Amino acid sequence: MRGDLNESTAHPALIFWIIAGWVGFLLLPWYGVEDGFLSFKWLVDGYPFDEDFAPAAFLIGQGEKLWLAPLLLPLAAPFLVVRRKKSDPLYAIVLILAGAVGFGWLIAQGFGIGIRGYTFDWLTALFGDLDDRQYGMGYGALIVASAFLFLFTQGIAARGAINGDVFVVSAIGGVIVIVTTFVFFPIAKMLLAAFITEEGGYSAAVFASKFFDDRLWGLGCFAGGRCGAAWNSLFLAILVGVLTTVLGLVFALVVTRSGFRYKRALRALTVLPIITPPFVIGLALILLFGLSGSVTQFFAELFGIQPTRWLYGMPGVLIAQTLAFTPIAFLVLIGVVEGVSPSMEEAAQTLRANRWQTFRTVSLPLMRPGLANAFLLGFIESMADFGNPLVLGGNFDVLSTEIFFAIVGAQYDQGRAAVLAMVLLFFTLSAFYAQRMWLGKKSYTTVSGKGDAGVHPLMPNGLAVPVFIAAGVWGMFTIIVYGMILYGSVVELWGVNNSLTFKHYITAFSVRIEESGIRWTGAAWDSFWTTIYIAAAAAPLTAIVGLITAYLLTRQTFAGKNAFEFGTMLSFAIPGTVIGVSYILAFNVPPIEITGTGIILIISFIFRNMPVGVRAGIASMSQLDKSLDESSLTLGANSWQTFRRVILPLLRPAILAALVYSFVRAMTAISAVIFLVSAEYDMATSYIIGRVENNDYGLAIAYSTTLIVVMLAAVGLLQILVGRTKIGRRTQFGAGE
Amino acid sequence: MKKFKTLALTSVVAMTASMSAAQADKLTLYCSAQEDWCQLMARSFEDATGIDVNMTRKSSGETFAQIKAESANPKGDVWWGGTGDPHLQAAEENLTAAYMSPMRDQLHAWAISQAEGADNKTIGIYSGALGYGYNTDLLAANNLPEPTCWKDLLKPEYKGHVQMANPNSSGTAYTTLASMVQLLGEDEGFEFMKGLHANINQYTKSGSAPIKAAGRGENTIGIVFMHDAVKQAVSGFPIKVVAPCEGTGYEIGSMSIIEGARNIEEAQKFYDWALTPEAQNLALEVNAFQVPSNKGSETSPSAPDMSSITLIDYDFKKYGSSDERKRLLQKWDEDVSTLPQ
Repeated sequence: MRGDLNESTAHPALIFWIIAGWVGFLLLPWYGVEDGFLSFKWLVDGYPFDEDFAPAAFLIGQGEKLWLAPLLLPLAAPFLVVRRKKSDPLYAIVLILAGAVGFGWLIAQGFGIGIRGYTFDWLTALFGDLDDRQYGMGYGALIVASAFLFLFTQGIAARGAINGDVFVVSAIGGVIVIVTTFVFFPIAKMLLAAFITEEGGYSAAVFASKFFDDRLWGLGCFAGGRCGAAWNSLFLAILVGVLTTVLGLVFALVVTRSGFRYKRALRALTVLPIITPPFVIGLALILLFGLSGSVTQFFAELFGIQPTRWLYGMPGVLIAQTLAFTPIAFLVLIGVVEGVSPSMEEAAQTLRANRWQTFRTVSLPLMRPGLANAFLLGFIESMADFGNPLVLGGNFDVLSTEIFFAIVGAQYDQGRAAVLAMVLLFFTLSAFYAQRMWLGKKSYTTVSGKGDAGVHPLMPNGLAVPVFIAAGVWGMFTIIVYGMILYGSVVELWGVNNSLTFKHYITAFSVRIEESGIRWTGAAWDSFWTTIYIAAAAAPLTAIVGLITAYLLTRQTFAGKNAFEFGTMLSFAIPGTVIGVSYILAFNVPPIEITGTGIILIISFIFRNMPVGVRAGIASMSQLDKSLDESSLTLGANSWQTFRRVILPLLRPAILAALVYSFVRAMTAISAVIFLVSAEYDMATSYIIGRVENNDYGLAIAYSTTLIVVMLAAVGLLQILVGRTKIGRRTQFGAGE
Repeated sequence: MKKFKTLALTSVVAMTASMSAAQADKLTLYCSAQEDWCQLMARSFEDATGIDVNMTRKSSGETFAQIKAESANPKGDVWWGGTGDPHLQAAEENLTAAYMSPMRDQLHAWAISQAEGADNKTIGIYSGALGYGYNTDLLAANNLPEPTCWKDLLKPEYKGHVQMANPNSSGTAYTTLASMVQLLGEDEGFEFMKGLHANINQYTKSGSAPIKAAGRGENTIGIVFMHDAVKQAVSGFPIKVVAPCEGTGYEIGSMSIIEGARNIEEAQKFYDWALTPEAQNLALEVNAFQVPSNKGSETSPSAPDMSSITLIDYDFKKYGSSDERKRLLQKWDEDVSTLPQ
């Protein structure tokens, strides 16, 4: 009874957000603080009256930025209903209105007034010139915006949405807002940029002239010339997708369906490329197969043939990408290949199918979702890959590098970059869609509640021989490539002076002990610490956003859930290059002005890697019986408590996967990063690619080797911190809590 | 869960710690010279003045793009190094600010004229002549004659052996294009580029990449600034440097203060310091063989002797302007780069 009474008149969440809103308005600096998000210099630097650091209330009090004043009304409105019951219709209406009006006004003034007064001509026409301006939003605006959002969701919940569950409604609202802000808004902004003329107007003709460009769609390669970048990218991505899928399947079969003894070693080998900065493989390939590469020289002398530059162009990029992305396909396929129910295969064999027939007609079709996923991943990764084409591409232009040079080249054409990015996005989204079509609505479920004690049959011999040969060749190749990488980092000057030295490590990571403490004098330290800090900040945030989204998708039903799922998975199909370009376009100007900060890097990683967290969360949550939640709810816990105390502890493997993946990706990603790094926040990968362009292969490789070791250590550390999977404890937990 | 919280907490603490470290005077330096030189300049300036330097090294084209993108809200203070054209272009577009350094009377005339051509919004810090270098081992292995002039590079036997950067992405390559136009006249210059195109094996993205590839034995002849080629030779690669017989263009590596710089005082301090002989002599430590702009600075004995090279009268004002640049690049894109090889 007491609980009921409490709930009817006291609303802790409501009061919290009302207070938060007022704190944001009265106390925190409204605009972005220049020294960085976590610098608190403003506290002693003229706060609260200095215009740069003043909270909104002080600005209005001094007669500045008066367009913020209307926000007072929706901030005050919720006080009307604090004493009312949730079931009171007024309660819901006031909160919904206050939240919507406040949030709407905040956005409208943010977009309407920029650093040069009104942003839209019609506003100037209407109100005359505005002799004031505003910069990007800061803490104050952020907190006030959140307050409005959550007031709104509480109003919605009070109206009875999702059984009046405030946590779930707020979570849905929160995810929708951040995905809209950081995925849809930048993409939309980028699409617009493709139509902007040099004078700043909009014109479809501009788009057409950039879109129907011979450098993009030319088919000259059939006549001895060069093909357009779009065709090159598409062709390459399809090839890489197919090759990585086939190789990934080969490894999955070796690990699950053969008597191969060194499965652990094989698994370790396949993990290696994932934690390797992407272009390192390209470098190793040059050292092996380039015009003066060791292998090339060896064969040239052996057979007396003229060495060629065959590596530079399509073949080199294809090899490097296949090496780099096969492990991703393997990781996708291993689960699927293991998941195919042995009983079905045994049933086929009982019906007198031989091993080959069983494989072809039962096992393989059941692996279709895995194959499709693996292909899609390879396709998208290849489309987005930036490092390998840059190092090995020669004159083989692909979209990702063309986008980069449209932005940084002397011609400096953001519109062209946007058009190219649209083509890239069109390809990946089509692949995404085609994959869904191909899988159709058929059921591939083979794991049911019933026990399955069967054992996977071995591969048919006709398959085993080529599979083993392929796996063996690939394995050897990987070992050689990584051997080269290690060797390359300790030789003086590759190919000229092969004496051993640690000088590259010293250049990169030297330290000097002085009176004032350690001085990090090595060339690589700045970018190294930034990378660690960004990766460490992004990983837990990615996991949180991913898991909450997964929870909503698996455990809750609400209107528009399909659109919601599509929205959260969309950023997965958007290549990093596109993210990079769109973030520069969207976040270099108010209201959200974060280019050149560490925050933009963290955010780009969160939304790049979130889909993996979502997928991992969905996979493990579908394994948890819903009756667990129900019993927790029956015992009086609310959905937040259930999520935190029941679901979360059972999700350790998913948390680990999300943490590891986002940490590793944050350290090895280049495609989005290259656009977003700044003087203060330079990342390891962009630093390394600068070294590669400067012929400092030794330094680049030494740095990459160090990164590989650091990532291995970090992955191990995370494993210890998060703890291991203990599925056997499921029932115990459910009963205990 | 507890452990998870601890992890999150630790990372927040780490973040706060690393952020609050930079509170002293600071300077954001955009550097377009080679990495080790940039590093050395940044660290030496820190040592000399105690001002914290945030340095990003990007090519001059990239830096120009960045400064332009940030023009509404500049993030950088000083742009040091890189070929002069983008600096001139930035001056023309008012992306950089005028400044009269007290060091000016110590500089060579060419450095001053660079400044005067741009309303004092930029200044020369070093100069270097265009040329090419070749890998002697590869040349011998392929039984090729030694080239000495620009027109030698058009000979069919060099097909697939010549590399240069793409003028769209590299200031060096744009200087090559502009030099040919000035040396031979526009029509002849483009005929030369077309002929060269037939022998080119790859247009690299960065300006000095062709000679680096030649050093590693991945390419035979690279068209670059001679000081870049000298550097490869001094590093131990089998590279021979050629000053083409017809004469050649040159660059004036420049420095500019960014318009609206947030740390303007520090920027001016850096500017003055970078023109001193002490700062310019740092080049020798990192094998940068450009000719420094201060008359009192030392020149390396390995550096190409500028007095023995025929230099054309390079019109920086005209060929550094964005209109001319855009026109030439577009013409190159349409008439040259699309030809079959």
